[in-house]
Amino acid sequence: MSNMMAQTINTLAVTDAQTVNAALLVSAILFACGLIGFLSRRNMIIMFLCTELMFQAAALAMIAFGNIHHDISGQVFVIFILTVAAAEAALALGLVVLLYRRRETLDSEAWSELRETA
Amino acid sequence: MIELASLSTAALHLPAILGEGAHAVTIPSAIASPEFAWAGLILLLPAISAALCGLCAAFGVKSKLPGAITAISLIAAFATTLSLYLKMPADAPRVVHLFDWIDFSWKTGGATWTQFLAPFSLYIDSLTLLWMLFVTGLGSLIAIYATEYMEADTGKGYARFFGSVSIFLFAMGSLVMGGNLILLYLGWEGVGLASYLLIGYYYNRPSAVAAAKKAFIMNRIGDLGLALGVFLIWINYGTLEYDGIFKALAHTADPASGASWSAAMIPYCLMLGAFGKSAQIPLFVWLPDAMEGPTPVSALIHAATMVTAGLYLIARTYPLFALEPHALTVVAIVGCSTAFVAATIGMAQYDIKRVMAYSTVSQLGYMFLGLGVGTTFGAVYHVFTHAFFKALLFLCCGAIMHGMAGQLDLRKMSGLRNVKGFGVISWTFLIGCLCLAGFPFTAGFFSKDSIIAQAFASGNPTFVTLGWLALLTAFLTAYYTFRVWFRVCGGPTKYEPGDEMHGHDDHGHDHGNGHGHGHGHDDHGHGHAAHGNHEWHPHGPRLAINGVLLVICLGAVLAAVPAYMAMRGEANWVETMVQHSSAALPSAEHGHGGEHAHHALSFTGIEDVHKATSVVASTVGILGILIAAYFHLLNRSAADKLRQALLSNSLTRWLPLAMENKWYVDEVYHVVFRFPASVLGHVFHFIDKHVIDGFVVNGGARVPLEVGRLFQPLYNGALQGYAATMAGGIALIAAWVFWIWLHGS
Repeated sequence: MSNMMAQTINTLAVTDAQTVNAALLVSAILFACGLIGFLSRRNMIIMFLCTELMFQAAALAMIAFGNIHHDISGQVFVIFILTVAAAEAALALGLVVLLYRRRETLDSEAWSELRETA
Repeated sequence: MIELASLSTAALHLPAILGEGAHAVTIPSAIASPEFAWAGLILLLPAISAALCGLCAAFGVKSKLPGAITAISLIAAFATTLSLYLKMPADAPRVVHLFDWIDFSWKTGGATWTQFLAPFSLYIDSLTLLWMLFVTGLGSLIAIYATEYMEADTGKGYARFFGSVSIFLFAMGSLVMGGNLILLYLGWEGVGLASYLLIGYYYNRPSAVAAAKKAFIMNRIGDLGLALGVFLIWINYGTLEYDGIFKALAHTADPASGASWSAAMIPYCLMLGAFGKSAQIPLFVWLPDAMEGPTPVSALIHAATMVTAGLYLIARTYPLFALEPHALTVVAIVGCSTAFVAATIGMAQYDIKRVMAYSTVSQLGYMFLGLGVGTTFGAVYHVFTHAFFKALLFLCCGAIMHGMAGQLDLRKMSGLRNVKGFGVISWTFLIGCLCLAGFPFTAGFFSKDSIIAQAFASGNPTFVTLGWLALLTAFLTAYYTFRVWFRVCGGPTKYEPGDEMHGHDDHGHDHGNGHGHGHGHDDHGHGHAAHGNHEWHPHGPRLAINGVLLVICLGAVLAAVPAYMAMRGEANWVETMVQHSSAALPSAEHGHGGEHAHHALSFTGIEDVHKATSVVASTVGILGILIAAYFHLLNRSAADKLRQALLSNSLTRWLPLAMENKWYVDEVYHVVFRFPASVLGHVFHFIDKHVIDGFVVNGGARVPLEVGRLFQPLYNGALQGYAATMAGGIALIAAWVFWIWLHGS
């Protein structure tokens, strides 16, 4: 029974190496876009969106690696990541709203008190 | 002459004779006697009293309750001791095992285990009983005296005082009654602690604090000796139980040849401990300063009981001392020199309590001389008589101080015998002085003479020389003792109050008479009589003080009874007690001297050396009293003139100066020990502050600080900066991993 299930999964899985490579490439590009965006923009909402971008890049990479290893847990993981990301998005946007109320701006430069004053 | 020569050669090896003798006198092995377990009450009662006094202090009891608790528990302890004395058979020492205390084993190579065992047990023989009788007896009397004496301090001070006294009695009990050297050590340190607490009782007076520290530190030096001695006994005999040590000694075939280097060191180590606790040269300087404590403490701890602990130690371990040929000679020489030096200092002091302190040091020296020349009976008898008359003298000094607002300067008091309320003090004081001066047929006379006579009877040239020095000291003793009495109690009535009534106005005391605390300082008090004594009258003591003075005075007189018994041909009680203990000597020393026709005192024409000594010693004693009477009663200005004459002559000027300044011993110690130690301390402080703290610790802390500074610019507060740093770091790590992957490992 379990043997049959494994076969089913194998046939369903994308086994083409090129497809996997493409997925990883997309993931890398997504991550780079997120990182560049996070580093270059100062609008907190945009920065948050960029972190989400990096997050999803990581999730995509996980699916790709799951395919390489013929392991379904990569995909299972992604389901969890999506759930956590949804909760985290609600939390982070709430924080952004709070921060905005304090300083009347979305500029992250407004929050640099932890700077060493030497 | 031939006989004399043979005598002296034989006597040269007296300690060796004692050594062989110690085998002749086998100490009977102890009998385990659980039926005497109630003897533990003697220790338990003061311990309970100490705890209750602590509770009184904690709950802020304002009444005289702590004093009552202590007095009652000490009287009960005395009653227990007395019934123990009455019930104890004299045949053999008894060991009462109370509970297991220290018991551990360790592996000493292979499968053999060594066990270290120190049960909480009591070793009770006649020496223990003798000591405990006067310790608890005087302890209870002095506690009663103190209930009145310390009344100005009712409240926390009162509880603290009596708590410390109870701790002292507990510790002294475990020192004397303990069945092994570990218990003795516990008591030894305990009495040291109690002494420290009580000397520093007036802790807001810097001199008292300094004196307390001095006493504690000087005693530490002695205690080091005791501790080393105990270790060496363990190494050599494998046990610390007295019974076990005496058994091991009895099994040693030839003490002289078989003794190892470490066994030979035992008596010298113990001796150092004894000299520290009993204030002998070189460790005597703490005792006179200890007079900063309240006077009942001086009487109990620093005159009658604690300072005799050193004597007890040597008397208890006498068989060990008898093994080593020179140990007892050293004891004799140190004792006699201390007796002489302290007597010369006592002659020139003006503070009566200080005179008494030096006389204590001096009399303790006599006792060590007695142990050294081989009359343990004389030494112990002197301990016994001295305990009474010296406690009496101190209590008289205390009562005078209490009534005269802390006045202690003998130049500022005169003719107290005629002051209302001071009659009992004056006449009991006189009896104490007669005992101390060795006036014929007083207790002190008999005990002191038995020591000096033995020095002459031994025939050993060293001991005979010491005997002469002891006679000279007896003369000085009589002089300085009666110098005090004639000055303070004799002569025209004249007095000035001490500085207490003035010094304590700001403390809000509303009754202006003496409070008993504090010292009359020599530099205070001038002119106070002129303006100070609005309504001031010396106040005589009440029932508790007078009653105790009379009882102790009776004790001092009755302490001579054993000697009278001996004169009537009966057994001297103290001698019987000593002969039944571990301090027993091979042969009774009486009669030992009587058969020598030639002795150092033959010029008196009396063949018996004891009688000759008595005659000579009473002559010098009375001579001393007469000289004191001339200089301090009949013609007081002559004393000042003599002093001035000595001072003006450049050849003799050092003499009064040295005596008044205590032979500059404190100053010498300051230069030789304290100053180098202080310099060393400053050097170490410098090293600690600048090398250890400054360089190693703070320098070490600067390393992470400076490294942090290096990276500080990265932390500029901009979120992107942190993100970039992080990303860069990850990129570096990724690059490194990639590089490794490319080149293989």
